[in-house]
Amino acid sequence: MVSGGRKTPEELLREIEGEEPRGGRGYLKIFLGYASGVGKSFRMLDEARRRRERGQDVVVGAVQPVAPADVEALLAKLEVIPLREGNAIDVERLLLRRPAVCFIDGLAYSNPPGSRHATRWQDVTDLLQAGIKVVASINVQYVEELRAEVESITGKRVSDTVPIAFLQSADEIEVVDAPPETPTRLREIALLLAADVVDRQLQRYLETHGIQQGGVAHERILLCVTPRSNIRAMIETGRIVAEKFHAELIAAYVDQPDVPEADRSALAEKLDQARAAGASVEELHGSDPVDAILEFARRRGITQLFIGHTQRSGLAARWRRAPVDRLIERSRGMDVRIFPQ
Amino acid sequence: MTEPVAGERPRGKLKIYMGYAAGVGKTFQMLEDAQELKAKGVDVVVGYFEPHGRKDTIAKTEGLEFVPRKKVEYRGAEFEEMDAEAILARHPQVAVVDEYPHTNVPGCARAKRWEDVEALLDAGIDVLTTMNIQHLESLNDQVWQMTGIRVRETIPDWVVQRAGEVVMIDLTPRALLHRLERGAIYGREKAERAAQNFFRESTLAALRELALRQAAHEVEQRATAESGDRILIHVTDDPRSAMLIRRAKRVADFLGAECFAAVVEGAGGEAEEQHLNFARNLHIETRILEGEDAARVLVEFARRNRITQIFLARPRERGFRIGRNLAQQIVALATDMQVVIVSEREPR
Repeated sequence: MVSGGRKTPEELLREIEGEEPRGGRGYLKIFLGYASGVGKSFRMLDEARRRRERGQDVVVGAVQPVAPADVEALLAKLEVIPLREGNAIDVERLLLRRPAVCFIDGLAYSNPPGSRHATRWQDVTDLLQAGIKVVASINVQYVEELRAEVESITGKRVSDTVPIAFLQSADEIEVVDAPPETPTRLREIALLLAADVVDRQLQRYLETHGIQQGGVAHERILLCVTPRSNIRAMIETGRIVAEKFHAELIAAYVDQPDVPEADRSALAEKLDQARAAGASVEELHGSDPVDAILEFARRRGITQLFIGHTQRSGLAARWRRAPVDRLIERSRGMDVRIFPQ
Repeated sequence: MTEPVAGERPRGKLKIYMGYAAGVGKTFQMLEDAQELKAKGVDVVVGYFEPHGRKDTIAKTEGLEFVPRKKVEYRGAEFEEMDAEAILARHPQVAVVDEYPHTNVPGCARAKRWEDVEALLDAGIDVLTTMNIQHLESLNDQVWQMTGIRVRETIPDWVVQRAGEVVMIDLTPRALLHRLERGAIYGREKAERAAQNFFRESTLAALRELALRQAAHEVEQRATAESGDRILIHVTDDPRSAMLIRRAKRVADFLGAECFAAVVEGAGGEAEEQHLNFARNLHIETRILEGEDAARVLVEFARRNRITQIFLARPRERGFRIGRNLAQQIVALATDMQVVIVSEREPR
């Protein structure tokens, strides 16, 4: 994959994400917290104890520098491979020892200069590549992409972080919920992050097992864009609904042959507006736009479909059914939101 | 929320332990917290506890005071229910009440356990209770779609929204399935049966995602300001009205919109009244409108009341027909507002 030298974090992530199925790669489980001192270490190491009691070959590869008494009591019953100087995990020793499961507390630590990798989570990818199952813990404030937002809530700056894609590559994630004194927004961030990981994993599972599952937990909104539709209100509502439901927002248009140049540029402008509102854009194909939209909506698990209303009058309305009507007739399993033009 | 009147006790606080399936550890965590409160000198009683034969959980009740259940006779058989009156008389600081969505046997003072809990809270008793996400009213259709199971015992969303705290009890589906296999959750036979439907790994994952998102929403919801949106639900005698009402109310709650439901009086009679009643139970204001032309009456009412979104059930599929159906008529008339057509969610 990479010829010699150290792999960059991006390359490591691509390797992890790219594996489908996961081949010989070890299984990654993450305990996600959002406040310290809520017993994340205890929950994790208690799992280590239970696994050991069930006869599994369990090793602890990293512990926090200071541990409360209940955690110390658990550690006393477990095999611990001490950290190296500068708090780096001893990857070489762990690879030689080759346990079935390795427990890593505090995933976000940086390693001292001259270490195998710059960060602990990169060390963990080596263990995973070697086929070792890893159970690790992290607090949501140490997620790179969430750092700015968490900082604005807690006022605390953290320097060591883990990319969100690493967490999203986990096979299992478990939230350790905390008492209500912790800032609620932090709690929300952690719950939503866990939900996203579960969603990705569920999609992977359904795809690899060829299962079609009715019902989705994640709302997905599809904006149907045409060159002539007035979509200002549609995009604005889409943005708000997506924000409130934490939904995925997608804008789609059906590519038609022989579209006049003026319409093409109008369409491009509307798609730009949709992108600015946070939507991803999809180009669909098909001789019948209604078929193309519904096929896409089914495949992507769309729960809310937004469409502009076509106003017709006179004979046309009586003889030819408008696309909106045909769409509604076949819109099983989703809401269709019609916008006035 | 009601302000305490002088001389009256303030309303008790409600804490809900929310999970996504039997066996994730809701009751265990609740009892652990109860033990901790007791150790701190708080006056705690167990008002209702369902042991399900789980040894770890039963051990957690040790040393806690139980208020005995009351025996209720129904159709010649004897049932045991929580004795809310006895708890009220005992008046502890905190009552532990397992299985919040439970329906009482007919003949009890209140139909639902959550109503018993309301009585305890009104008397100033704090309550710890447990429930699974699939019992939330507004998710009933989504859960049916995911699991193929129509959950009968539901709790209106507003009841859960009044809770002071909703704690998510999380456990990964894999760990849950291990517990199931080891027989820690159900007896052996029950385990095999459960594994076939509700406990399929993908179903559990979907329910868990739903629970995580709902828990995040419960956190956020407390900060949601009113948006100025006003939603009108068109209720008819169509049995899908319940599905429509649940979905519209859920959207209204998420958007911070006011929510109304209206029927245009027709031949619907009793079914319409039942649907309006259902809406009122979910804290939706209802109206009965009169007039010949249902679409026109509804849209004019919407305009007069500054409605911004009308919610309708998807028209039934029919073969060739001349003229527009009611939904099409409403869409054609309501040119100054959004119209949302809600269609049935069905399991695959």
